[in-house]
Amino acid sequence: MAGEVTVLVPSLLRQFTGDQAELRLSVDDADTTVAGLLDAIGGQFPVFDRRVRDETGALRRYVNIYVAGDDVRRGRGLATPVAAGQEVMVIQSIAGG
Amino acid sequence: MASNDAHPDGTTLLAVGTKKGLWLGTSTDRVRFDFTGPHFLMNEIPSIGIDTRNGSPRVLVGVRSEHWGPTVAHTDDLGATWDEPENGAITFPADTEAALERVWQILPDAAGRPGVVWAGCEPISVWKSTDGGEHFELNRGLWDHPHRSEWGAGFGGAAAHTVLPSPADPDTIHVAMSTGGVYRSLDGGSTWTPRNTGISAYFMPDPMPEFGQCVHKVARDPNTDTTLYAQNHHGVYRSDDNADTWVSIADGLPTDFGFTILTHPRRSGTAWVIPIKADGERIPPDGRLAVHRTDDGGATWTPSSAGLAEPDYNVVLRDAACVDTADPVGVYFGTRGGSVYASADEGATFSEVIAHLPDVLCVRAALL
Repeated sequence: MAGEVTVLVPSLLRQFTGDQAELRLSVDDADTTVAGLLDAIGGQFPVFDRRVRDETGALRRYVNIYVAGDDVRRGRGLATPVAAGQEVMVIQSIAGG
Repeated sequence: MASNDAHPDGTTLLAVGTKKGLWLGTSTDRVRFDFTGPHFLMNEIPSIGIDTRNGSPRVLVGVRSEHWGPTVAHTDDLGATWDEPENGAITFPADTEAALERVWQILPDAAGRPGVVWAGCEPISVWKSTDGGEHFELNRGLWDHPHRSEWGAGFGGAAAHTVLPSPADPDTIHVAMSTGGVYRSLDGGSTWTPRNTGISAYFMPDPMPEFGQCVHKVARDPNTDTTLYAQNHHGVYRSDDNADTWVSIADGLPTDFGFTILTHPRRSGTAWVIPIKADGERIPPDGRLAVHRTDDGGATWTPSSAGLAEPDYNVVLRDAACVDTADPVGVYFGTRGGSVYASADEGATFSEVIAHLPDVLCVRAALL
């Protein structure tokens, strides 16, 4: 079903999304995935995409993505489907010293 | 050396890359520096290149966040603003199925090759830019090398940490990697052969293999480009035949372990090392930090600790030391304890120019 999803941008990456804390993207088919969302965002904000995924398309090790509150690594990774109305959160995990 | 209109004659830029950011300092006496920073707070800066070939200095830095990955940025106004190519200056081509982990080396080429900048990276790879470091191309000769599957990872990661294009011969390039040792190309980077004869790999079953050595740093003589110096994982060496063979020059040093080695920008035979006690005891010998200098190609060494803290139990990493091109030459280094020292007299005496930084990973200096 067509509609919008909201992607929440962590504060450290807002410099790469035109200072936007939320990105709203149209979802117009049932096959939309997290990877597809990142492709769409990356078309407009390529540096944001490079911070979240490496050049092989893999999610960076210490970046987490939640779809409707569920960690995609516990689901189908970047192939996790995203439906209209859902919220996608990008957040850094706890790492470093 | 060209001076820059924006800075008084004799201004030196000192760039300090640490585990949690970059500091940029300027000085007219190489004793007192005015620093800005941290730039890129909470990002490690393992590599810095200062390109003064176009009059206006460009500072290129390898940046790496534990969370957000590696990238390359540059500034043309000493850090007031930074630029990062949208699609990345260094990204692996899709067919390699590899991803950049860390940029270990950024080196502007000789003055006669404006725009050419080299990078050495993890995973083990060499890159060349012809547009001043905004976009780099992967060296396929080294990437597709048949030895690749046998190269190992040093503790810091598997990287080409040293790239040395010959100023005299554009076809000759040396690289050093951990672990793999020294490789040389005589055809501009199309093909590469290991050049480690005489360098020990005591940690392997065959202590003198063709490749697999853990060479930590290599530096080239300024006048005879076929003379090179190497600080190995235990072992200090010189080659007088373009790296075909290496001979030990460690006699006279308190220990043959260390990470960094520097050569003089104009005078043959002069080099500096900063010894560390041993692989299994990574502190300055007896907790006394000292810079050792040779003026005869490694036949004899003279230590200097004037101006250095004592005791100091911190090591100096492979790229955390450099020289400038002034006369007399400035020698700089930083420790994992966050102290940075500068010498305006070729390493005879040092001044601590900034302290209590995060671990210093890279130090570069240039006359603006």
